[in-house]
Amino acid sequence: MTDIRYLAPRTLEEAVGAFAAAAGAARILAGGTDLLVQMRAGSARPGMIIDIKQISEMTSIEETADGGFRIGAAVSGAVMAEHPRFGQVWPGVLEAVNLIGSTQVQGRASAGGNLCNGSPAGDSVPAMIAAGAVVTIQGPNGRRQIPVEAVPAGPGRTTLTPGEILVSFTLPPRPKGSGDAYLRMIPRTEMDIAVVGVGVSLTLENGTVTAARVGLGAVAPTVLLVAGAANALIGSKLDDAAVEAAAAACRAACRPIDDKRGTIVYRIKVAGVLLKRATAIAADRAGKV
Amino acid sequence: MNVINNKWIGSRTIRPDGADKVTGRASYSSDTNMPGMIWGKVLRSPHAHARIVSVDTSKAEALPGVKAVVTSKDLVEFPLDTAVMLGIQDMRWMSRNVMAREKALFHGHPIAAIAATTEAIAAEACRLIVVEYEILPHVIELEEAIKPDAPILHDFIQFDGKPSNIAGKLEHKLGDVDAGFAGADVIIERSFKTRPVHQGYLEPHSCLVSVSSDGKAVIWSSSQGQFMVRAMTGLLTGLPQSDIRAIPAEIGGGFGGKTIVYLEPVALILAKKSGRPVKMVMTREEVFRASGPTSGSMSTVKIGATKDGKIVAGQGIYYLQAGALPGSPIRGAAGCAFAPYDIPNVQTVGFDVVSNRSKVAAYRAPGAPIGAYAVECVLDEIAEALKMDPLELRLKNAAKQGTKAAHGPVYPVIGFVDTIEAALAHPHYKAPLGKHQGRGVASGFWFNAGGESSAQVNVTEDGNVVVTTGHPDVGGSRAAIANVTAELLGIDHKKVSVLIGDTATIGYSNLTGGSRVLFASAMVVTQSADKVITTLKERAAKIWKIDPEAVTWEDGEARPAGANAGQFPPMTLAQIAAKASETGGPIGAGVQLNTQGAEGGFATHICDVEVDLDLGIVRVLRYTSFQDVGRAVHPAYVEGQMQGGAAQGIGWALSEEYLYDKNGKMDNASFLDYRMPVCSDLPMLDTVMIEVPNPKHPQGVRGVGEVPLVPPLAAISNAVYHALGKRFYSLPMSPPRVLEVLDGV
Ligand SMILES: Cc1cc2nc3c(=O)[nH]c(=O)nc-3n(C[C@H](O)[C@H](O)[C@H](O)COP(=O)(O)OP(=O)(O)OC[C@H]3O[C@@H](n4cnc5c(N)ncnc54)[C@H](O)[C@@H]3O)c2cc1C
Repeated sequence: MTDIRYLAPRTLEEAVGAFAAAAGAARILAGGTDLLVQMRAGSARPGMIIDIKQISEMTSIEETADGGFRIGAAVSGAVMAEHPRFGQVWPGVLEAVNLIGSTQVQGRASAGGNLCNGSPAGDSVPAMIAAGAVVTIQGPNGRRQIPVEAVPAGPGRTTLTPGEILVSFTLPPRPKGSGDAYLRMIPRTEMDIAVVGVGVSLTLENGTVTAARVGLGAVAPTVLLVAGAANALIGSKLDDAAVEAAAAACRAACRPIDDKRGTIVYRIKVAGVLLKRATAIAADRAGKV
Repeated sequence: MNVINNKWIGSRTIRPDGADKVTGRASYSSDTNMPGMIWGKVLRSPHAHARIVSVDTSKAEALPGVKAVVTSKDLVEFPLDTAVMLGIQDMRWMSRNVMAREKALFHGHPIAAIAATTEAIAAEACRLIVVEYEILPHVIELEEAIKPDAPILHDFIQFDGKPSNIAGKLEHKLGDVDAGFAGADVIIERSFKTRPVHQGYLEPHSCLVSVSSDGKAVIWSSSQGQFMVRAMTGLLTGLPQSDIRAIPAEIGGGFGGKTIVYLEPVALILAKKSGRPVKMVMTREEVFRASGPTSGSMSTVKIGATKDGKIVAGQGIYYLQAGALPGSPIRGAAGCAFAPYDIPNVQTVGFDVVSNRSKVAAYRAPGAPIGAYAVECVLDEIAEALKMDPLELRLKNAAKQGTKAAHGPVYPVIGFVDTIEAALAHPHYKAPLGKHQGRGVASGFWFNAGGESSAQVNVTEDGNVVVTTGHPDVGGSRAAIANVTAELLGIDHKKVSVLIGDTATIGYSNLTGGSRVLFASAMVVTQSADKVITTLKERAAKIWKIDPEAVTWEDGEARPAGANAGQFPPMTLAQIAAKASETGGPIGAGVQLNTQGAEGGFATHICDVEVDLDLGIVRVLRYTSFQDVGRAVHPAYVEGQMQGGAAQGIGWALSEEYLYDKNGKMDNASFLDYRMPVCSDLPMLDTVMIEVPNPKHPQGVRGVGEVPLVPPLAAISNAVYHALGKRFYSLPMSPPRVLEVLDGV
């Protein structure tokens, strides 16, 4: 029954200033597809809402000079899908972002919100981790950059400090022969929460994997970077033994819970299955025949 | 039987409620508001089972904005030892379901209600009510509830002379099953489990109630029966029915779940106490926690057949969850299980079992899908054992005209055989299957129903027609009645407008359920239209100054019956209507009947699935329903019913279930985690309508709305077996369970 203040600053400085000044009573609003749902359910009761969608840096996509991409934290899934080149370079990241919700949700939901919401099941996070994305964060003490996997701290929590706002994702330039993919297991075909999600990014030279990253979601308190799985793939020609070893590394990394969305046994098994399937798609996209 | 030229009956006319629904103008119950209106909220039990020691509402009453408080003391008390029935509902249980009395019997059970100037104040006031509970051990699952040492919900319920959670038993018997099994070459006996599933209607329960200072109440609510709302609310609040006017809103789905009341009596007492109109709207979470799903079940079915495929005996034992208060649909399970077949020896037994869950409510062919699931899965095994095609096995044993069913009747003309033959001949049945794909078949039966119905057919001064009936339209009855009326009067269907009357404007009509509505209302509309035609002919006769017998009604016109009658140009309905005042006054007629002659519906379904062996996901690839629909008065709506039933069956078989935590609290009370299928989960659901008209109905109508949900559970289970070579005896076949079976965990 309390009043809520709504702010829509045009600059990042203003946003950070207001956010820091509110000392915990404020919440950042990107698409609102998590925040508004939480407010209706009564689990979030902010005294102030700071809408970041008026800040151009946070709602734009840029190709960087070196051939990478900088994506504003509040860019919606629909806008990402409309970008002429992004989806060609990072099809796995795009498919992960576009899996979020429905057409209606896509018009609002952002990768920044997905990451900052802190859900271990957020779909875009494993794909961003696999892509090796780095996030730019701005707070009362200035800017800093950290890898995506350093943001989640546990269910519903991040490592952002009070007053800090996620500004953008930077994806590195893509060497020739690269491909990525994201797969999730949901019991339905849409409108569901990942029981397991796996993102894989590969670079191949003459059929041999020269670089690989694997992100694994919904099987631990945070989305995981599974170095063991990547290492099993690097140097291989994606033969059965290497892929099986990577799947085993994914299974070993799982620390899931038994809940209404899936059992421990089920989640662990599926983590391995999805790793194999996502690897095959990524390899295919990288140009391996 | 009326002679019908079938210009409108059988045509896919534009549905009268379509434009409003698509554009958002349709008025559902929560769309109604009144000046001075306040909001009601329910305080619900946080415990699955607890004695209510005391309820202190003083703090809540003191909160500014609070206008009234209701506890069970404000409702009429129905002593435990005397049944008070309204249809199939016992008011002892209904009153205790609406508001807990001695005990809170499930998590979410209403304890008290508050009306306040805003929803937020009402919710806050609920938190200020102090309830002292004595927490009791609870029991959720069927197998636990029937154990001898289970926590007992109701001391007054006895079974075999001992306090028990088994609240009732029903048995059907035909012939001698022991003798039947003795003569069988193959006997297969299996046990099955199904989970409770919710009807899943989009519109939550809601109502607005206003009580004027002279004690007269008006109720706007979403229900499957305004007369049911009036009667139950009257009984639970003590008001005479003549003081209650129940106005049916457009309904956002019911599937049986809106055949009882939850909010109306509470809102009425809040309105009476506060002197203000009171609105109540459940949240989706409340709908899940406290409104009826259908039963979960445990069953054992045994079938014996001879080598040549003749079924000689069938036995089914069914335990159904009632929820916290007695009343599970054991009649549907035990009655429909073997009903499609001509079997000389049948025994079915149903047990009604209470446990600490929300009370079940009707769900599309209540109990019948549970009955058919077990029988139709065992039949698949019998067919396999006999190396017989499963449809041929069904064909060989299919009930026909003259077959005596275990639940009582001898069938008249029925179209079950036709559904099997159509399935056998359909390209779907022979289409090739790929790897990890399987095809399953199953059949099913539903009773259908007639009962009380009223209609009024009025001719407007400008020559159009308004038909009023008394059944809320959940399945297209307005469109179908418009077709019937246009056909009978011989006028364009656009000239007919069909409305649902409220309890003050149309005569008593039983609720929308049992697939009765078109059967019953087409009958009273037909008789009303016949009377209207008689009047129209009389008026023409008067104008022409000839004998009424010398006038016929053809193609929407009065015509002289023959050359002897005289030479007059035909008069249209509009021309006669224009002269109504001069010729005797307004033209219209109404009929009220307890309609008889409803006959059962039969269906046979074919389902193809594909299983992802690594993820355990079962996808339905192709689905075709074959149904004896009597007469498809509005084919698009009939197909919609068939598709809807198949879709709900797919959810029941593959993904829907209630999950409870260890404290007896439902753990998935949202559409996110209660997994109903979404559109992309389903293939196009194909339908084949077979018309074997019901000879006892003027248009040949059989009910069509419920039997579509009877075969799917087994059709899908059988398909999964044929894909995997492993049988599942429990639903839902969700991905983790499929992998458990595949991996042998
Ligand atoms: C119907 C529906 C279906 C959904 N389906 C999926 C799905 O399939 N997969 C999935 O992963 N999710 C799903 N979601 C959840 C949600 O849509 C996603 O998590 C989405 O990415 C959130 O983005 P947003 O921009 O709407 O975030 P918001 O709701 O605006 O924000 C989410 C949280 O992050 C904080 N935040 C947002 N931006 C920043 C920032 N730049 N800096 C600091 N903090 C910030 C907010 O304060 C809030 O706590 C679904 C939601 C709905 C309603």
